Amino acid sequence: MIAALKDAGFSALIAFGLFFAMVGLQTNVASNGSMELVQHWDAVAMLVGATFVGRLALVLWKARRASTAIVAQVKPSRFAGAGKFLAPVLLILAFLLPIFGSRYAIDTGILVMTYVMLGWGLNIVVGLAGLLDLGYVAFYAVGAYSYALLAQNFGLGFWTCLPLAGLLAAFWGMLLGFPVLRLRGDYLAIVTLAFGEIIRVVLINWTELTGGPNGISGIPRPTLFGLTFTAGGGEGSFSDFFGLEPSLTYRVAFLYYVIFGLALLTNWVSVRLRRLPLGRAWEALREDEIACRALGINVTVTKLTAFAIGAAFAGFAGAFFATRSAFISPESFTFIESAIVLAIVVLGGLGSQIGTALAAIVMIGGGELFRDFAEYRMLIFGVALVVVMVTRPRGLVSGRTPSVSLGKAQLIGSDMISQGHG
Amino acid sequence: MAYALQQLINGITLGMIYGLIAVGYTMVYGIIGMINFAHGDVFMIGSFLSLIAITALTAMGISSVPLMLALTLVFAAVVAGIYGWSIERIAYRPLRGSFRLAPLISAIGMSIALQNFVQVSQGARNKSMPSLIPGALKIFEQDGFVVQLTWMQIVIFVVTLTLLVIFTWLVTKTSLGRAMRACEQDMKMASLLGIDTNFTISVTFVIGAALAAVAGMMFLLYYGSIDFYIGFVAGVKAFTAAVLGGVGSLPGAVIGGLLIGLIEAFWSGYASAQYKDVAAFSVLIIVLIVMPTGLLGRADVEKV
Amino acid sequence: MGAPLLTVADLTMKFGGLTAVDSLSFVANAGEITAVIGPNGAGKTTVFNCITGFYKASSGTISLSSAAGDFALATMQGHNITRQAKVARTFQNIRLFSGMTVLENLLVAQHNMVMPDVVHGVLAVFGLGGYRSLERQALDKAKYWLDQVKLLSRADVPAGSLPYGDQRRLEIARAMCTGPSLLCLDEPAAGLNPRESDELAVLLTSIRDSGCAIMLIEHDMGVVMKISDHVVVLEYGRKISDGTPEHIRADPKVIAAYLGEDEDEVAA
Repeated sequence: MIAALKDAGFSALIAFGLFFAMVGLQTNVASNGSMELVQHWDAVAMLVGATFVGRLALVLWKARRASTAIVAQVKPSRFAGAGKFLAPVLLILAFLLPIFGSRYAIDTGILVMTYVMLGWGLNIVVGLAGLLDLGYVAFYAVGAYSYALLAQNFGLGFWTCLPLAGLLAAFWGMLLGFPVLRLRGDYLAIVTLAFGEIIRVVLINWTELTGGPNGISGIPRPTLFGLTFTAGGGEGSFSDFFGLEPSLTYRVAFLYYVIFGLALLTNWVSVRLRRLPLGRAWEALREDEIACRALGINVTVTKLTAFAIGAAFAGFAGAFFATRSAFISPESFTFIESAIVLAIVVLGGLGSQIGTALAAIVMIGGGELFRDFAEYRMLIFGVALVVVMVTRPRGLVSGRTPSVSLGKAQLIGSDMISQGHG
Repeated sequence: MAYALQQLINGITLGMIYGLIAVGYTMVYGIIGMINFAHGDVFMIGSFLSLIAITALTAMGISSVPLMLALTLVFAAVVAGIYGWSIERIAYRPLRGSFRLAPLISAIGMSIALQNFVQVSQGARNKSMPSLIPGALKIFEQDGFVVQLTWMQIVIFVVTLTLLVIFTWLVTKTSLGRAMRACEQDMKMASLLGIDTNFTISVTFVIGAALAAVAGMMFLLYYGSIDFYIGFVAGVKAFTAAVLGGVGSLPGAVIGGLLIGLIEAFWSGYASAQYKDVAAFSVLIIVLIVMPTGLLGRADVEKV
Repeated sequence: MGAPLLTVADLTMKFGGLTAVDSLSFVANAGEITAVIGPNGAGKTTVFNCITGFYKASSGTISLSSAAGDFALATMQGHNITRQAKVARTFQNIRLFSGMTVLENLLVAQHNMVMPDVVHGVLAVFGLGGYRSLERQALDKAKYWLDQVKLLSRADVPAGSLPYGDQRRLEIARAMCTGPSLLCLDEPAAGLNPRESDELAVLLTSIRDSGCAIMLIEHDMGVVMKISDHVVVLEYGRKISDGTPEHIRADPKVIAAYLGEDEDEVAA
C-alpha cells in the first residue's frame, strides 16, 4: 500500500511537470497585440489529482489481480467466436436501418459504412499483407477527384466513373508501390505518409485543375437506372416514377444502400481472396517474406497486388464520398483520415473483417456522440489509440481462421501470428 | 550570386533546426529500432514551452535577453525531457517485444493526442511573438541586394553547435554513452552485462526530447510564429534528414538536416515556395528508394 | 554417378573486406546427396545463399542443368531460382509461416502452380481460370508430403505450435512441394534427437531415390557419412577436400584442419 502510494505520488509529480506550464499557463494574444498568460491552476490540480487516483487504482488493481490469478493463460480473444452470430445480426440491422432509422441515423449510417469500407480495404494491405500504409487517404482522394473531375469536364455519370475511379486509384497504388514496396515495414509507412502529403499539397496548389483549397462543388448525385433523386421530384425522378411524395429521405436512403453494397463488395472480395492463392500468399508474406522468396513467390508482384486492390477500394469509396457530399476539397484528405482508418483496422484486430466493422461503429458512431465536444474528440481518439495498442495490441478480435483445412478448422491464437515484417 | 548566398545562410539556419530534431529520431531508432512518430510533436511542445517561458519572464520584468534565453532554454529542455520520458514510459515500453508495427501505431496515437492536447490547452490560434534580438550583420551588397546574417541566426548557429559538441562528448566519452551504444548493438546482451537498459532507453528519450525542445525554441525565435500543427511537417522533414544522413548515425543526422534545410531554402527561393514540402517529401522517397542506408549509414546485409 | 546437375565455378563472395567464399568450385550430380561440411564460419551457408539467390556472388558462375533447362543461377532473380530452375531450400533457423496451418504452409509452397500469374489470381475470385482443379491437385500433393513426413494428423495445426523436430520435417516437406530438382538443406539435423536424426536420414534417402538431388550442410557427421554420396569440405571459404565419404574420412588435410587430432570422431 505504501509502495502504491509512493508510485501514485511519483506519477502525480510527473503529471504536474507535464501540465503545470502547458495547461496552467495558457498563452493568449492580449488586446494590445502582445502575448499574455492566462492561468488555469484548477485544471492542473484536477489533472494531477486524476493522475494520482488513476495510478493508485491501477497499481492496486494490478496487485490484486496478480495475487488471485494463479495461472495466466493465453486465451483466444473473447470476441473471436462472436463473428458467427454477430455478423448476420449486424448485416440485418444494417439492411433495415433506412427503413426504421431517422434521417440523421441514416446519415450517420452512411458515414460509418464509408469507414467500414475503407477499413476493409486497408485491411487487405495492412491486415493480410502486413504492409503499413499511412497514405491510404491519398487513394481515397484520387477516387474522389477522379469522379469529380470526370463529371465536371466530361459530364460522365457516377456509375460510369465508379469503376474508373477504382482503376485510377489502383494505377496510382501501383505507381507508388512499384519503387517503394521493397522497403522495410516502418520505412514503407513513412514513404506512404509522404506520398499522401504530396498528393494533398498538389491538390491544394494545382488550382486550375482542382480548384485549390476551394475544392470542387456541384458534383452530380448518383441515379438509379436513370432516375434522379432531386428534392423537388419532377419528371424522371424516383418519387415521380413510383408516384411517391418527393422527399430527400429517398436520396439519403439510396446513398446508404449504394455504400452498403460497395462495402459488402469489398468484404466479399477480401474474404474470398483470403481463401485463394493470392490471399494466402499475402498472409505468408506477412509471416515471413524471406521464406516466400525461397518458395518462388514473386514478392514484389504479390505486394503490389495487395497495394493496388486495397487502393482500388479506397478509390471506390472516394468516388462515393464525392457524390454523397457533392463537394470535395483537400481538407477532407489529411493524414488524420489515414490515421483514423488505420486505427479502425488496428482496433478491430488486424485481418479481422467483423472486428473492423465493429471498430468503425464504435469509433465513428461513438465519435458522433461526442460531437458537442469536437475539440476533445481527436484528443480522446489519440489517447484511445495508445490505450488500445498498449492493452490489446492485437485488437478486439484477434486470431485467425485457417483458410483451408482437412478436418475441423481451429482458430489460431494471435500469439502465433506475426504482424508485418522487418 | 548574392541571392544564392542569402539562401545558403537561410538554408543552413533551417538545417540546424532540422538537424537538432533529427538527432532525436536517429538516437531512438538506433537504440530501439522504432520511428518515434511523436517526436515532431515534442518539438512543437518545446516551442510552446519556450513561448510560455518568454512571456512569463517578460511579465516578471526580466529584461536581460541572454539571461532570458538561458532560462527559457533550460526550462523548455527540462519540461520537454519529462514529456519524452513519459511518452516512452506510457506508449512504447509496454510494447517492447510486441510485433514490429505496434509501437509505431502507438506513436501515431501519441502524436495525435499531443497535437490535440496542445490545441485544447493552448488554443488553436496561431501565436506570434516579436523578435527578441532584432537586427542583422550586413555581409555585403550586390546590385542593391543585401546579404545579411541576422543576430538571431548567429544565436542559432552558436547554440546548436555548442549543444552538438556537448552531446557528441556525452555519447562518445561517458559511461552513459557507452551504455547507449551497447544497447544499440545488442539490447539483450547489454542487459546481461548489467546495463540498466530501461534506464538507458529512458535517458535516450529525455535527451532526444530536450534537443527537440531547443530546436522548438530556435524555431519560435527565428520565425516568431507557431501553432499546434508545426510538429507534423517539421517531424517528417527531420525524419527525412535522419534517413538521408543514415538512420543511427549522429553526424549523419546533422548533415542530413543541413541538406534538407538547404534543399528547402533553394527550392523556395528558385522554384516554388508552395511546393517546398513536396520537395522535402520527394527527397525522402527518392533517398529511401535509391540509397536506403543514407549517406553515413551502415549497410546491413540481410541475414538469412 | 549421375550427370552434373549443379556446377559452381570460381565462386567468390566478399562482404566489405571479408572474403567469406574464395574461388570455390565443385559439382553436385543429379540423383545424389552432396554434403557441404566444414567448421563454423567456413562459408557454407553463404554458398547456399549464393546458389538460392539471396546473395549476389561477387564473382564466379553457378550453373544448373536439369530437365527443365540450363540456368545461370548467379544472374537470376531470387524467386525465379525456385520457380524456373527448381531449386528449393530450407533455413538454418527454421522459417515457417508460424501463424498459418501446416496445410496452408504446403499450399503456399505451390503458389506458382495454382496461380500461374496475377490474371489467374484475380479470375479465381470469380471462380474462373480452372482454379478449382489446380487447387485440388495442390491439396493432393500437400497430403502426399504430409504423409511422407508423418504430419498428416497435424495438418490443421498452426505450424508455430509444432515441436521442433516436426517443424524441421515440415520445412522439408514445404520445400518439396515446390517440385524441386535440387533441394538445399541447411543443417536439417540440428537440434534433433538420435531417433529423429535416423528418421531424417531415411526421409532424405527416399527423396534422393525419387529423383531429387540434395545438397546438405550438416554438422552431424553420423548423418553425413551415412547418406552422402559426395562430400565437399570447406575451410575459411576455400575447398580443402572433395570426394566420397570414404575419401574424406581418409584425407589427412580434412583430419588436420577440420576434424582435429581426434580421429574417432570421423568414424562415429
